[in-house]
Amino acid sequence: MTTLFTPDHEWLRIEGDVATIGVTDYAQSQLGDVVFVELPKVGRSLKKSEVAAVVESVKAASDVYAPISGEVLEVNDALSADPALINADAAGKAWFFKIKISDKSELDGLMGEAGYKAHTA
Amino acid sequence: MLAYEPETSLKHTPLHALHMASGGKMVPFAGYDLPVQYAAGVLREHLHTREAAGLFDVSHMGQIALRAKSGKVEDAALALERLVPQDILGVPAGRQRYAQFTNGAGGILDDLMVANFGSHLYLVVNAACKTEDEAHLRANLSDACMIEPLADRALIALQGPKAESVLAKFCADAPAMRFMDAGPRRVDGIDCFVSRSGYTGEDGFEISVPAEHAEALAKALLGSGDVLPIGLGARDSLRLEAGLCLHGHDIDATTTPIEGALEWSIQKSRRHGGARAGGFPGADRILLQLENGAPRRRVGLKPEGRAPVREGAPLFADAASSEQIGAVTSGGFGPSINAPVAMGYLPASHAASGGLVFTELRGQRLPLRVSPMPFVPKPYKR
Repeated sequence: MTTLFTPDHEWLRIEGDVATIGVTDYAQSQLGDVVFVELPKVGRSLKKSEVAAVVESVKAASDVYAPISGEVLEVNDALSADPALINADAAGKAWFFKIKISDKSELDGLMGEAGYKAHTA
Repeated sequence: MLAYEPETSLKHTPLHALHMASGGKMVPFAGYDLPVQYAAGVLREHLHTREAAGLFDVSHMGQIALRAKSGKVEDAALALERLVPQDILGVPAGRQRYAQFTNGAGGILDDLMVANFGSHLYLVVNAACKTEDEAHLRANLSDACMIEPLADRALIALQGPKAESVLAKFCADAPAMRFMDAGPRRVDGIDCFVSRSGYTGEDGFEISVPAEHAEALAKALLGSGDVLPIGLGARDSLRLEAGLCLHGHDIDATTTPIEGALEWSIQKSRRHGGARAGGFPGADRILLQLENGAPRRRVGLKPEGRAPVREGAPLFADAASSEQIGAVTSGGFGPSINAPVAMGYLPASHAASGGLVFTELRGQRLPLRVSPMPFVPKPYKR
């Protein structure tokens, strides 16, 4: 299992040809208290860089982009019920959605943990 | 998600060092470097203010003394009535009143608090308008008044159900004050101006303190145990839940006090048939709207569902119509009612409470219920 990061503060956990996607702890700390999440529909085909989800904090709305292309396999309904989970456990329980990776080469440009740490330093 | 970069051109309030030391996340606001939140975050700061007490630095607001050249406060009141639709002469010594500076078209240049301090009037105006307000006063009232900006004072708001018991430790006179009482009081041995008012919908006080004593007083109030420092983020969500207008957003130079649903603030003496009817900028239009109704009205809006609907969102009469009938002027999440809240303008035909209007959010129509304001009860001590 590999964890990768985007410059837009999303994480991807890669297991075979499935990627679980969420936002980083750094992102939640910048967002502030999250009060609403809109997740993509299961079965939707996402293209890399298109808006996949929306996070609304007490301060503002922020888009979450699809870091790679693929079909949405599953979404985390617990997040819609309890958006504050993002503030509590961004890197764990607060995953957003899982997609079936359509093009593994799109993972090439993403950062590892050390690279992401440097990015947010 | 840009990192904050200090702007050297921003002004500092007398509490700036305290904000930095308290972990305030600083942002530019009306030309000042002010905390948008502290470590607790907007949600907790909001809830703490409603449950206990919060301390707000509102020193960026303009404080102005208005003194009649005759020495009589009545003459300052009559002079000010030339610029506002309110009965200022009728404000007794030791009391304050909400007012608006209007323009010739009846629009609101700024909204303000006017207190009668016995010898003179004390005005608190919005930070973003204070330079223009001062010029407006000088241009129109210099024949009768001296206009004295009180730039060397800080303004601290202490708001929430525990504000009274906290302030009582430093100001024995505080508990006896009623909502909208205002005047000089000694707080922790310092000569201050205290009013029982605020911008949160809670009971509370605003304390004008000489700049050199501001930090010590703020620390003393914060040290009482019940008080958290509160940033601009929670200040906005608190006033929105309370249905209070933010000038430049919910009211401005293009909206009249009647359109802004502020007719309650215009006393009988300034209306048709009153002792001093009219005689303020835009009186024709404002008094006509007062009698016949305004074409559009500021209303409370409760979005159905959980998604916040924010400033600028268009409003439509139904789920399909392409004709925009209004817009949201303030909107966000209301932590105390645990739901999104908003306010905006609608044509009079759609402004009645209980009606349903629609916005468009991310390509989807979303219903909002026209609702009475405030969204939370106001436990003012009257």
